[in-house]
Amino acid sequence: ICLQFSSLLLFCFGLCSSWWGGVQMGPPDPILGVTEAFKRDTNPKKMNLGVGAYRDDQGKPFVLSCVRKAEALIASKQLDKEYLPIGGLGEFTKACAQLALGNDSEVLKSSRNITVQTISGTGSLRIGANFLSRFHGGPRDVYLPKPSWGNHTPIFRDAGMQLKAYRYYDPSTCGFDFKGALEDISKIPEQSVILLHACAHNPTGVDPRPEQWKEIADIVKKRNLLVFFDMAYQGFASGDIDRDAWAVRYFIEQGHNIVLSQSFAKNMGLYGERVGGFTVVCKDAEEAKRVESQLKILIRPIYSNPPMNGARIASTILSTPDLRSLWLEEVHGMANRIIKMREQLAAGLKKNGSSHNWQHVIDQIGMFCFTGLKPEQVERIIKEYSVYMTKDGRISMAGVSSGNVGYLAEAIHAVTK
Amino acid sequence: MSVFSEVPQAAPVAVFKLTQDFTNDQFPKKVNLGVGAYRTDEGQPWVLPVVKKVEKIIVHDDRLNHEYLPILGLPEFRSSASKIALGDNSPAIQENRVGAVQCLGGTGALKMGAEFLRRFYNGDNNTKTPVYVSAPTWENHNAVFSNAGFEDVRPYKYWDGEKRGLDLTGFLGDLESCPERSIFVLHACAHNPTGTDPTQEQWKQIAEVMMRRKLFVFFDSAYQGFASGSLEKDAWAVRYFVSLGFEMFCAQSFSKNFGLYNERVGNLTVVARDPDNLKRILSQMEKIVRTTWSNPPSQGARIVAITLNTPELFTEWKDNVKTMADRVLLMRAQLKAKLQSLGTPGTWEHITDQIGMFSFTGLNPKQVEYMVKEKHIYLMASGRINMCGLTTKNIDYVAESIHEAVTKVQ
Repeated sequence: ICLQFSSLLLFCFGLCSSWWGGVQMGPPDPILGVTEAFKRDTNPKKMNLGVGAYRDDQGKPFVLSCVRKAEALIASKQLDKEYLPIGGLGEFTKACAQLALGNDSEVLKSSRNITVQTISGTGSLRIGANFLSRFHGGPRDVYLPKPSWGNHTPIFRDAGMQLKAYRYYDPSTCGFDFKGALEDISKIPEQSVILLHACAHNPTGVDPRPEQWKEIADIVKKRNLLVFFDMAYQGFASGDIDRDAWAVRYFIEQGHNIVLSQSFAKNMGLYGERVGGFTVVCKDAEEAKRVESQLKILIRPIYSNPPMNGARIASTILSTPDLRSLWLEEVHGMANRIIKMREQLAAGLKKNGSSHNWQHVIDQIGMFCFTGLKPEQVERIIKEYSVYMTKDGRISMAGVSSGNVGYLAEAIHAVTK
Repeated sequence: MSVFSEVPQAAPVAVFKLTQDFTNDQFPKKVNLGVGAYRTDEGQPWVLPVVKKVEKIIVHDDRLNHEYLPILGLPEFRSSASKIALGDNSPAIQENRVGAVQCLGGTGALKMGAEFLRRFYNGDNNTKTPVYVSAPTWENHNAVFSNAGFEDVRPYKYWDGEKRGLDLTGFLGDLESCPERSIFVLHACAHNPTGTDPTQEQWKQIAEVMMRRKLFVFFDSAYQGFASGSLEKDAWAVRYFVSLGFEMFCAQSFSKNFGLYNERVGNLTVVARDPDNLKRILSQMEKIVRTTWSNPPSQGARIVAITLNTPELFTEWKDNVKTMADRVLLMRAQLKAKLQSLGTPGTWEHITDQIGMFSFTGLNPKQVEYMVKEKHIYLMASGRINMCGLTTKNIDYVAESIHEAVTKVQ
């Protein structure tokens, strides 16, 4: 009776249209689409190179030992579950800033940074974008490298900023378009925001060399641009946390008061725990306090205060000497496996008799590799070899293992010869 | 010249400043009746026994990893959380027109709902659509909706300060006179800060007007189970509205009823007209989630999902919730009794008429100041107290202090 009655009511009220009749179906996520197609494929040799999460040499997700140890330590402490402060766990934000800036950082010594805990890298970028949108006195334009992580654009746009680009990737060399980048950056209107990938550029894997970073820092200073660093792969790129943070630290030393997003998704394998930080390097401690108060006002109406679990794990690892050493080893291990796969892929292509130059596979760094495959070649490699990648020819090296790198080399050679 | 030299110092969020002041206070008999978190009779935070149990299960399960959750969250969490709100046998669920978005706490759920409404509710730009929040309401409601782009966030009459109860006439009057299709934020139970809920009869009247005037129903459910001790009783209003056929949102928080405050466990339950509407709504929700936090944190959602989906644990949880609700009810009864025996001027029925964590004492700002400065009892300027801050050890001191404040300060 109840079911009939409510259906009757629905019918009566259904004569007036639904609130949501005009809501369009959202476009499918391109990367998710790759994974869906991969799942449906029955080819035993299939490879998923769309995945943006690290996999071990057996193709399995990898939970770091330092994480498991930290979890056990935390469990034994029987902590309560009281709300964190709006800006997050103090021990975490301190350790997070130290990791990026270095222990000897003058910024830390003078307390002229404010670092808040965020919902991983995305949450950090979003808070940063919202902060700039509300308080940045300069143009509302954010300059992204071409190409950049797909989610950068909608994040900044939703925060009310406008997106522009500077040249970055050179498809003819599969490397850095240094000349183009400098030319474009030199024309950016003063006080605009420029976003730089600190290391392991996503999606290309192409990073500037130190001498090139120096020139970029120079011209950015001349143009008086506000630098927004996105560092999602510290330690994961070269295997060395200090090396991967070099550009960030160099810019700060040169006097740039940057804003910085950090993620611990990849370098600690804490993807689903959503661990990140957002830092504003200010003029002095007093300014940092003002900025902090405004960041809290921004955060409160979005999610009130951040989740504890991941931040607790990260902070335990960073501040417990044994665990920190173990972490450094493990992140080095992950980076090394990626580097080895790059070497083996390049070698395999050579062995297959490819006449192309595959040096970029080795030169590029981090999780992703811009193979240089054209859309038609990507289509072929998916259809004929069940090797799944995004249309732009980007592959995730994390999906490559010693067991399948040979097959991958064959497949790439087959569609490019 | 710094780009941020003009950034003004923002005022601190009142409720957290209160706790900070309390922490800094050295007075031995100080009492914190401010921030809304449960406390045991020893004045300590309480991690629910069932939560400890489930956390052990999780830590020892080698099959679990830290991979990304889907954008909309852990599926078993979303569906079981919606079931808790709507009921196991909910026709809406059976008709496949209920969906959910796992969010960061109740705040996150309100935020996602607000962002969606601003984009899609009544045409594609709802910045001018009025959003009504109760007078008074949780102080963050205003900011959530205005930050989501709504320019017109207004109060609807709710609390009658004179009779210390619901101003139903005023409430219904606002429902009748507001612009059609306005959005209303309703507290599902245990109204924050007043602790005053409509009766079932009153909810029926409210629903009738809202249906007739095509107003949008957005429930905020932060205390299910915690208010009366019964999940069903505390969800009555939400389920009643669903049964009438409303397309509506319900922001759920598991901070209080699971004691999972810092794991940020929330759920935005979406009740749509039909499965097709639901599908399109969720696809757009994904886009909004993606630019805010990409995907939600897994720990808290796992704890809740395992608990709700395991019969023995579910029973144990309901028991834990009842423990909390019962202690609050006991403190209410005792506080009222003590005030009455002290002969404190005024009526104190509202202490036990009100429900949930909070009580609107009726103390005016001067009296509140007296409580804080002279008696070191910390409560909000509105006169709101958190009943959880009361214990058998401090209730006499609090009752006597209220008595003093009321008799000495006008």
